[in-house]
Amino acid sequence: MGNEATRAAFGPTLIELVNEGYDIMAVDADLAGSTTTAKLGAFDPDRLVDVGIAEQNMVGVAAGLALTGRIVFTGSFAAFGTGRCLDQIRNTVCDSRLNVKICPTHSGVTVGEDGATHQALEDIALMRTMPQMRVLVPADHFATAAAVRIAAENDGPFYIRMGRFPVPEVYDEGFKGGLPFANVVREGADLTICACGVEVSMALKAAEELAKRGISAEVIDVFSVKPLAEDVICRSAAKTGLVLACEEHSVLGGMGSAVAELLSERQPTRMGFVGMRGFGTSAPGDVLLKHFGLDEAGVLEAALALVDAR
Amino acid sequence: MTAILPSHEGPSIHELELRANEMRHDIITMLEAAGSGHPGGSLSATDILAALFFANVMAYDPADPRWEGRDRLILSKGHAAPALYAAFKQVGWVREEELPTLRHLGSRLRGHPDSNVLEGVEVCSGSLGQGLAISCGIALGLALDAKRRGDTERRDLPHVWCIVGDGEMQEGSNWESLMFGAHRNLSNVTVIVDLNNLQIDGHVTDVNSLGDIDAKLEAFGWRTWRVNGHDLRRLTDTLLAAREETERPTAVVCETVKGKGVSFMEDAMEWHGVAPNAEQAKAALKELDEARANLMKEA
Repeated sequence: MGNEATRAAFGPTLIELVNEGYDIMAVDADLAGSTTTAKLGAFDPDRLVDVGIAEQNMVGVAAGLALTGRIVFTGSFAAFGTGRCLDQIRNTVCDSRLNVKICPTHSGVTVGEDGATHQALEDIALMRTMPQMRVLVPADHFATAAAVRIAAENDGPFYIRMGRFPVPEVYDEGFKGGLPFANVVREGADLTICACGVEVSMALKAAEELAKRGISAEVIDVFSVKPLAEDVICRSAAKTGLVLACEEHSVLGGMGSAVAELLSERQPTRMGFVGMRGFGTSAPGDVLLKHFGLDEAGVLEAALALVDAR
Repeated sequence: MTAILPSHEGPSIHELELRANEMRHDIITMLEAAGSGHPGGSLSATDILAALFFANVMAYDPADPRWEGRDRLILSKGHAAPALYAAFKQVGWVREEELPTLRHLGSRLRGHPDSNVLEGVEVCSGSLGQGLAISCGIALGLALDAKRRGDTERRDLPHVWCIVGDGEMQEGSNWESLMFGAHRNLSNVTVIVDLNNLQIDGHVTDVNSLGDIDAKLEAFGWRTWRVNGHDLRRLTDTLLAAREETERPTAVVCETVKGKGVSFMEDAMEWHGVAPNAEQAKAALKELDEARANLMKEA
């Protein structure tokens, strides 16, 4: 399995979609090289607008371009491309149901050395509370390609959460995803681990270790955080009776919260949460995953604690 | 083809003044029925909207609000929605009997313009500081469409009109968009500043002055005019001149009076966001009816 950042598939998929006839544009804010929207610009300069360091204008211009019939993807880093322009996303894009796809990269603590200011840990929470907004969190670059395609094919606002940290491949070219979509990537009976993004591969590794200890963990990739694939998650929770949510995001308001909201209503289940409980800090991404208990060992420990508490 | 196209051969100023008077009448009627809303900023923007819609400034088709060749109007100062609805009534996009439903449950006439329910509204607006970025995006998209068509002279390029309040220019996002519009030479966008010098907390010049707004707009690369925003002839001529500019984006700074046309509302900050009660509405309508009678006498 190769390691590749989820963002790597973003620009190339946009070009593929243009070649298939989708009228796509990207609007970035001085980070086109980092987000990979520069690839679309190199392919066709008229399809990329770089507004400079001005995220509010980025979303407004994207909204205007969408009003002329285009499918528009925005860029920037998740820390700035969601929070700085939240009002534009809420009141212009979502309220008017525009065909704008909020697609910043560099989400989560795995941004690494740049530190807390650049590590978006609240973006899923911000985006999923917006009416009309759909939220996709791809686990690898194949899932990113599918997410970008789904966003292009479905009218209206989307948020796609991508990262710069190389993550192991979970899928292959055949991955299509869906809306809603949650994928049981490993079957088990004793507990369910709901994971998204980089945490899917962490959860899979932890599940191997759990198996060695006689604990059978089911791992679900929650590809679409909004809408949730409710039946897949509820069925698994009913089967195992324990759900551990793992995400490279604040434990407040993220995927784990979404799952908790669902289960508390439809399938009350004891839950545990692996995620961030404060700001990040500066260090390489893999060091931070370990430091904050988001790596394989952290997931394993949380899973064991949850099983013990049964 | 029933579209109205830009032309210097518009209707008489007298006809425009009658239309603006009718708009003001409708604004007061709507707001009284609603029991809440923004009279001051609606009345200051009334003549601007009258010029855009009824003086052959904007290209649009009363029979088809979605006509592809239309100019786009973005009311960034969305709280002036009653003025927009009053114009729409005369265009035929809002029915007379809808006016008293302003701000009521189920009405298409929401507190701020809502593109989901009312045709003619391009986008939801009202959170200040967003319309100009949207306008620049639309202008760019329309210019790219023209390029695709091979229309290098951009003869059929629709224009984008964005109405902002002067207080709204305190929003930093506007200045991002001004930079962008000039950088991209978006000559098909015009920002109209409704310079009534009042915001909720007081006079703009007291709360946080814009300084020399004309010089700032020029310095940002926008060709800028200043005009009396209630002089319908000058306003019309200036807006048409802005539409004909081919090199740069344009700005028209309109000197206006908040509450214009109703003496007790004029330049009074307490009339920013309060609707007239029955008695006040009656007094306002009486003034407007007298003004109308005088206009008729002049004719």
